Amino acid sequence: MQRQLNKNGELQHLLTIEGLSAAMLHHILDTAESFVGVTEREVKKVPLLRGKAIFNLFFEPSTRTRTTFEIAAKRLSADVINLNISASSQSKGETLLDTVNNLSAMHADMFIVRHAQSGAAHLIANHVAPEIHVINAGDGRHAHPTQALLDMYTIRHFKRDFHELKVAIIGDIMHSRVARSQIHALTTLGVPEVRVIAPRTLLPKGVEHLGVHPYHDMSKGLKDVDVLLMLRLQNERMQGALLPSAQEYFKYYGLTPEKLALAKPDAIVMHPGPMNRGIEIDSAVADGPQSVILPQVTFGIAVRMAVMSILAGS
Amino acid sequence: MELPQTRDILEKLAKDIRADLTGDTILVGIHTGGAWLAEELHRMLGLSTPLGMLDISFYRDDFERIGLHPEVKPSDISFDVDGADILLVDDVLFTGRTVRAAVNEIFDYGRPARIRLAVLVDRGGRELPIEARFTGIKLDLGEHRMIDLLRNDTGELELRLRPGN
Repeated sequence: MQRQLNKNGELQHLLTIEGLSAAMLHHILDTAESFVGVTEREVKKVPLLRGKAIFNLFFEPSTRTRTTFEIAAKRLSADVINLNISASSQSKGETLLDTVNNLSAMHADMFIVRHAQSGAAHLIANHVAPEIHVINAGDGRHAHPTQALLDMYTIRHFKRDFHELKVAIIGDIMHSRVARSQIHALTTLGVPEVRVIAPRTLLPKGVEHLGVHPYHDMSKGLKDVDVLLMLRLQNERMQGALLPSAQEYFKYYGLTPEKLALAKPDAIVMHPGPMNRGIEIDSAVADGPQSVILPQVTFGIAVRMAVMSILAGS
Repeated sequence: MELPQTRDILEKLAKDIRADLTGDTILVGIHTGGAWLAEELHRMLGLSTPLGMLDISFYRDDFERIGLHPEVKPSDISFDVDGADILLVDDVLFTGRTVRAAVNEIFDYGRPARIRLAVLVDRGGRELPIEARFTGIKLDLGEHRMIDLLRNDTGELELRLRPGN
């Protein structure tokens, strides 16, 4: 199933962080660092992927992630085609692989796949011709590797070294593909203490087997933390039986300045967006001096440029 | 084949450049050997203008064949390229493809008034219509002999022929 690397050990697809080496993760982050400079120039473009056709296959709506991939591809001079498939062929009954076959026949070079089903990007990667590359832009509850990579880039930018950090991931760990990818990336890069903080109903059983320390109480979990990774609380969790109400959640798990004060004074706050202000994060924190949420967005473009160019060159 | 002392080649190159330098000539070195050479020339010429660095990995014409260079470094052009008088610096001029890529990259920062080229070694073998304005030494190495610029721990530069057939 795991076939991200080609026979030379180069990255052929990016489907999950799991199984990638620390050296590979640093190689991606180093390459991204060179692209950050490009995006600050007068001409924010390099000719690396000129003439390549990159298809954004979004089977699940996501304006922000799709846009960042689109910008990244355009800054590499590729041609980008956006397909919101929930609205077109799937409603006409076409299967996932039929859609991919059709687009391959149009000479696609790369697919960026977002799908509500875990494993969708793997399925496509296993199916396409060897010269086509696949990036997982989020599949079900499984993985969202480029989000985790841009988070690692942001941490490295502000904290330099991973080896002395305490990092807390806070929120709906149970349903979060972002959290899973973050956990794999943090442990691979040598972060000695990764904590997950959530109510019991949103913390998967056995999460400690991933090498993290579970907490149910923010006052304990946030103590002396260097980095806070907030997760988005999906509205549908509120409608089910998992949580009593948004107000209740905010009271115990919403990040307020008072709770943030428990972490180290120079701790940074991150969020993958879009934020639910007043549910998982207070506006005073989101817009405060410790928030690096907007730099995350900027770095996200450079990280996606790095992933695309490393894949296309393998 | 016996190479002259690298120091002598450097002195000759610096002397040629000095004779034709304007007050606002800005040196831009190409990673990695060209960047070292630009630093050294900047020092030897006693320049106070900024020093630029280019990594041309994103502009190479062999990306299709060999992929991304494994050690891409950030380019550093912290001056206004519009109207600038740029002296591009590289260690060895061979096919001319690296210089082509560097010129393209510079134009993505702005429109310079002029770009000239200085190289420590011109080894012939051009595949593009590109020539250096300043050359330390011309060497006829044939097609396969490789030459490298090295920098030791004390920052000293040395040209070395790779052992070959």
